[in-house]
Amino acid sequence: MTALEASGTGKGPVVDAKASAAGPHPVTPATDNAKKDTRRKWLEIAIFVGPALLIFLTFVVFPMVMAARYSLYKWDSRQPFELAEFIGFDNYTRALIGGTDPETQEIFWKAYAEPFWNAVGNNVQIIALSMLIQLPVAMLIALVLNRKFPGRGPTRLIIFAPYVLAEVTAGLMWLMLLDPRGPVTEWVQAIGLPTPPQGWLEDPTWGFWTFFFIVSWKYIGLAIILFLAGLAGVPEELQEAASIDGASWWQVQWRINIPLIGPTVRVWAFLSIIGSIQLFDMAWVLNKGGSTGQYSTIATLMVDIGTQRNDGGYASALAIIMFIFSMTAAIIYLTLVMRRDTAGSRKGA
Amino acid sequence: MANMRRAGAAVAFATSAALLLAACSSDDGDTTPEGTDSPDTEETSENSEPVTLTWWHNSVAGDNGQNDLGDYWQKMADDFTAQNPNVTIEIEQIQNEDLQRTRIPLALQSGDAPDLFQAWGGGELATQVESGYLMDLSETLADDIERLGGGVAPWQYDGSTYGLPFQFGVEGIWYRESLFEEAGITEEPTTMAELGEAVQALKDADITPIAVGAADGWPAAHWWYNFALRACPQDVISTAGTTFDFSDPCWVEAGEQLEEFLGTDPFQDQFISTVAQTGATSSAGLVATGEAAMELMGHWNVFVYEGFTDGTEEGIQALQDDLGWFPMPATDGGAGDPTAALGGGDGFSCYVDAPPECAEFLSFIMSDENQAGAAEAAGILPVAPAAAEAVTNPVLVELSQVAGNAEYVQLWLDTSFGTNVGGAMNDGIVNIFAGTGNAQDVVDLMTAAALTQ
Repeated sequence: MTALEASGTGKGPVVDAKASAAGPHPVTPATDNAKKDTRRKWLEIAIFVGPALLIFLTFVVFPMVMAARYSLYKWDSRQPFELAEFIGFDNYTRALIGGTDPETQEIFWKAYAEPFWNAVGNNVQIIALSMLIQLPVAMLIALVLNRKFPGRGPTRLIIFAPYVLAEVTAGLMWLMLLDPRGPVTEWVQAIGLPTPPQGWLEDPTWGFWTFFFIVSWKYIGLAIILFLAGLAGVPEELQEAASIDGASWWQVQWRINIPLIGPTVRVWAFLSIIGSIQLFDMAWVLNKGGSTGQYSTIATLMVDIGTQRNDGGYASALAIIMFIFSMTAAIIYLTLVMRRDTAGSRKGA
Repeated sequence: MANMRRAGAAVAFATSAALLLAACSSDDGDTTPEGTDSPDTEETSENSEPVTLTWWHNSVAGDNGQNDLGDYWQKMADDFTAQNPNVTIEIEQIQNEDLQRTRIPLALQSGDAPDLFQAWGGGELATQVESGYLMDLSETLADDIERLGGGVAPWQYDGSTYGLPFQFGVEGIWYRESLFEEAGITEEPTTMAELGEAVQALKDADITPIAVGAADGWPAAHWWYNFALRACPQDVISTAGTTFDFSDPCWVEAGEQLEEFLGTDPFQDQFISTVAQTGATSSAGLVATGEAAMELMGHWNVFVYEGFTDGTEEGIQALQDDLGWFPMPATDGGAGDPTAALGGGDGFSCYVDAPPECAEFLSFIMSDENQAGAAEAAGILPVAPAAAEAVTNPVLVELSQVAGNAEYVQLWLDTSFGTNVGGAMNDGIVNIFAGTGNAQDVVDLMTAAALTQ
């Protein structure tokens, strides 16, 4: 929709220019010209949007429709789909409430609903912790890095490096560092501090926090870079004016810089929420969401069920649930929080 | 999920297409005309029609670049094509988990499957048979099936045979003799009580008694399998893979025995964070480097341990000399036979639409002579009884004897139950190890998974 609009409006002036350039030539009936223009406009739209639309339909919309269909079946994903059995919304009720059959509800709750809600809980916790911990830390670092000091370039580079690193590479690196006999364990023990009894990542209680630390380390660079870009756009006159009026550095940040990069922060939060719901790579590389699911997410649970357990129907249902979650979060966030930021563009359309 | 599968299929297709092209362009110098994709030769088994067999197996080169079994399979293909000049065999070596979990299932679903491919038997084979993917070999290879004997059972379904195993071994406890000596243990434990004493003696001598790679799930689960094997009557455990009936109290009992054993703290620190085979801090690495005394593992582990030596003849020999092996000790009570053993193997199945040469070639590699050759060249544990003498490694010889004397050999429970129930079972068992689940939970998870399939 947006792509279509963009190309449509973007081309408008070009067509007009051509039309006016045709002025000196013998006048043709206006209606004919307009028709030609419309046809030409649509042809251009088709050429520009067509390939992207085709790819979008084939690789995004079609698989989504198929997943929605699979989710209504009992289907061993190693078997041909013809052998699948239609079971309505059973896969969904299994995940959400442990099925509707009172006889099996208890064990289904234990086997399916519990891991599902555990994963949802992990996703939600990561979203909340990102806002509570990542946001202030990233903001603080961005404000500091926004000042001029020697070595600012290299410092920025180092902070941004984890974000650029491939997820699998970073995951393997942390696995080595956090190995039961690895360097981190040894260092921490050397200074006399206790280490998690069952290991940094696999300990049922510590595992989640280690995971959150790694994810923050990986993604905080993005927040900082975005905030720095936002800060660069804050007019210097404002800061100067405030300083002249006697505002301290902190007051300048608190009253001018932070409020003025509000839109950037809100965009970052949006990306962070969607990213947190879909979080997969790092959790999977570290150990498929943890041996007891201590840092599993809906996505790792879905891939585990789909590829390791071959329950194609149930995994598809999880995919659809995740899609609904992301979609709902996106819509709510866009309408409630980012209304101001997108107001301009919506008016423009 | 769907788009991931699709992307996976596309990648798989692109990879295999590239490999096929590569294979075509570098012909191994036999007389088959190049680049001609053979037509289906099902109607005529005349030896003149050119036939191409594609073969996927899991023997990939290790860290040190050696691939004894892969080289042997190449030799088998060369020997067979020398005798049958009309046949071309295209081999693809694929890492085990990729092969089993991704490549084969996708290839079978796409209808463009390799002719001959690795098969692990049990529940997975049953799924493939039900889907109509596998060639029934019962009649064409009747002689081979009879010659190979009971080892073929996991590759049979509903009275028909859909694959042949080239190796089969049982599991037991590997240990370092020098560490046992250091702790003053003179006899291999034969009961759980004796194993408990050995664990205590090792702890007293400041040696980690047992290593387990619980981060991988299955190595921890195998402890539970063995307790189940000792707790459950043979008919209960051997039919569970088809009935999925876990109502017998022996299944809960297995978990309780595991809980009790875990209570004696026999494993290394942070066993939940330890993997099985990768790196010196893995469970195999701990045993190979002499940090831990014992490990419960399958017959393949002798090669995993060797991977941690410096690779020299002397280094390997020194390790071999210090490696001991004993079967899982008997438990107190329990309806299971104390001599029963858990085991598993590797085999090959033919795709349902494969040319008849597939079965011929399978029969060729399974001959007594070639089975013995594989044992000599790559150290496999052959299934053909006549090839047993080719096994020279003393531990593997002992292991074969235990398998031969076992009242019965039960296929790994996860393989037997299939990925869904097997996966649920392993998850439940890991929860016991981590202290977040109990014996009843394992049975509940298995029962729930069975009800959904």
